[in-house]
Amino acid sequence: MDTSRSYLEPSSFSKKMAAAIIIVYAVITLIPISWMVMTSFKNVDSAISYPPEVLFEPSLEGYVNLFTNRSRQSQEYLDSLPPPENWYEELVRSREMVITGPSKFLGRYSNSMIIGFGSTFASVFLGALAAYAFSRFRVPLKDDLLFFILSTRMFPPIAVAVPIFIMYRKLGLGDTHLGMIILYTVVNLSLAVWLLKGFMDEIPKEYEEAAMIDGYSRLQAFFKVVLPQAMTGIAATAIFCMIFSWNEYAFAVLLTQFNAQTAPPFIPTIIGEGGLDWPAIGAGTTLFLLPVMIFTIILRKHLLRGITFGAVRK
Amino acid sequence: MSQIKIVNLQKSFGDFTAVKNSNLTINDKEFFVLLGPSGCGKTTTLRMIAGLELPTSGEIYLGDEEVGMLRASERDIAFVFQLFALYPHMNVRNNLSFPLKMQGYKKSDIKNRVEEAAKLLRIDHILNSNISSLSGGDRQRVALGRALVRRPKAFLMDEPLGTLDAEFRELMCLELKKLHLDIGATTVYVTHDQLEAMSLADRIAVMDGGEILQADEPNIIYNKPKTKFVASFIGSPGMNFFEVNEGISKDQSFINIEGAKFDIPKQLEESNGSKNFFGIRPENLTLSNNEGLKGSVFGLEYLGSRKIITVKTSLGEIKVKTDISVNVKLNENVQVKPSNNNIIIFDGETDKSLNSEFIN
Repeated sequence: MDTSRSYLEPSSFSKKMAAAIIIVYAVITLIPISWMVMTSFKNVDSAISYPPEVLFEPSLEGYVNLFTNRSRQSQEYLDSLPPPENWYEELVRSREMVITGPSKFLGRYSNSMIIGFGSTFASVFLGALAAYAFSRFRVPLKDDLLFFILSTRMFPPIAVAVPIFIMYRKLGLGDTHLGMIILYTVVNLSLAVWLLKGFMDEIPKEYEEAAMIDGYSRLQAFFKVVLPQAMTGIAATAIFCMIFSWNEYAFAVLLTQFNAQTAPPFIPTIIGEGGLDWPAIGAGTTLFLLPVMIFTIILRKHLLRGITFGAVRK
Repeated sequence: MSQIKIVNLQKSFGDFTAVKNSNLTINDKEFFVLLGPSGCGKTTTLRMIAGLELPTSGEIYLGDEEVGMLRASERDIAFVFQLFALYPHMNVRNNLSFPLKMQGYKKSDIKNRVEEAAKLLRIDHILNSNISSLSGGDRQRVALGRALVRRPKAFLMDEPLGTLDAEFRELMCLELKKLHLDIGATTVYVTHDQLEAMSLADRIAVMDGGEILQADEPNIIYNKPKTKFVASFIGSPGMNFFEVNEGISKDQSFINIEGAKFDIPKQLEESNGSKNFFGIRPENLTLSNNEGLKGSVFGLEYLGSRKIITVKTSLGEIKVKTDISVNVKLNENVQVKPSNNNIIIFDGETDKSLNSEFIN
């Protein structure tokens, strides 16, 4: 019998099994994403060729099409123009088109940024304050209130789409950044309160007491001592909130059109000539993926690191 | 530094009264220990002095100022927690400077005071370490340092040695005592450990059931306990009690228990009822061949230089602390008698000790 390892440590066979399962899972999840990224670097023809091209000549046509509006011109007209000033004009002219102006993508993208980060910040901030109150104070009807907060997640948010549509029209919140931030914050808040309350409960109240004795008010103690220690929970909560509000499609279609339209309802409307412009859609979704990915990678170390470990002897 | 005075202090949590009508004066520069079993209200009392709990009624004076309803941050006291409560996201230096930053000191002043405190506690070599990398003893020193840098009016400590290993606890106990002598700060210290209390305190208050039973110097608490609880809680083992089914009158100097006659110190006070208690410490009893209570040896414990013999008698189990040379075996028939007149009679109705020539 092998006595060189502890009973608690998995055998090398089960470690290999685990690695194999993780690799298979990673491949399954990564295939659509890598296909999307590949499509974004194809040209219009190779994107729809059959059999599909795995090896292809990369092109930035998708990205150019994503960011520009173009119109088809006759060869005579194109010949009459001065030579192209830069590489993307040249690319567009080679397709017998001229750039007529920037597309709406950048505006939609920044709408997504404003609404996504705005509602994430609001959810986490309000959620942290509420969670702290529920965790530390004697709130009347605490359990009922917590249940009520959770109950807002018991139906799909879109179930209340019609009342919200009417309310937003009356309140003038339709198609505004503020309206979308409020909406996504409301949807995310219950999750934020519940997640953060769990983390706050784990933080011994002696820390705030120590800070209060050291001359800080309760609010100062909350910001200087409690929040830094709740970073793990805040990071996790922020990622969940961000993913929801970044990806949300149904309310965005319903409530936004021009001013505050986010990227998800915009990307499918990118239509090329005689069919969907798949490279441009691929480019749009690839760029759309980046912020959440970067955000998650930045916060990942907080997810993994238990910063309060070892600070309190229990 | 300041005197601390609590007047008619009371604290209730719903129906439960944690601290009952307590009065206490802690002198300037005194090391004062609140001692009692868990749930006796000692920590609640300390937290009220700190401002972490607000009293239900009563007053707390810090110096001449009534602080009962002030926030903790407005009281200028320092608190050392049982679990240290060092901020884990800051290193040692930042932990020590945290209270000073709030008070708006200049950066150079903060640095000087932190380094001064660190030197005093011999933690100047770990100022830039993370809290999680420190040993229990070092964490304790940092927690003390955080209290020290502010030069507060008083130090409050809630079982600060409770989580340390036995070895560290003795060491820190000595250091605490030395530190107190060095800086002479008014200190209120909560513990359930009587040895800690005895070795650290200038005065001890013994609490039980939310009441302060006696506040005195350690030797008085030990030798002249005012109540039966104090007598049994202090001492290891605690005092022996026998029931006496007769009233005690003034000037009485003997007592009959189970037909045996015992000399007692001349009583200066008479009892309320006819059921009282005879109390004697184990070291004031001795084994005898021909007089005293008859019984058999029930248990033997060796303490190195001393030995505790438990004797089963018709009055119950009696603990006798004797010299190691006394040689008895389990189940051997022995007799137990007092070796001196250090005997206290407790009133059966009030549980208080009756005044006598020995205790008054």
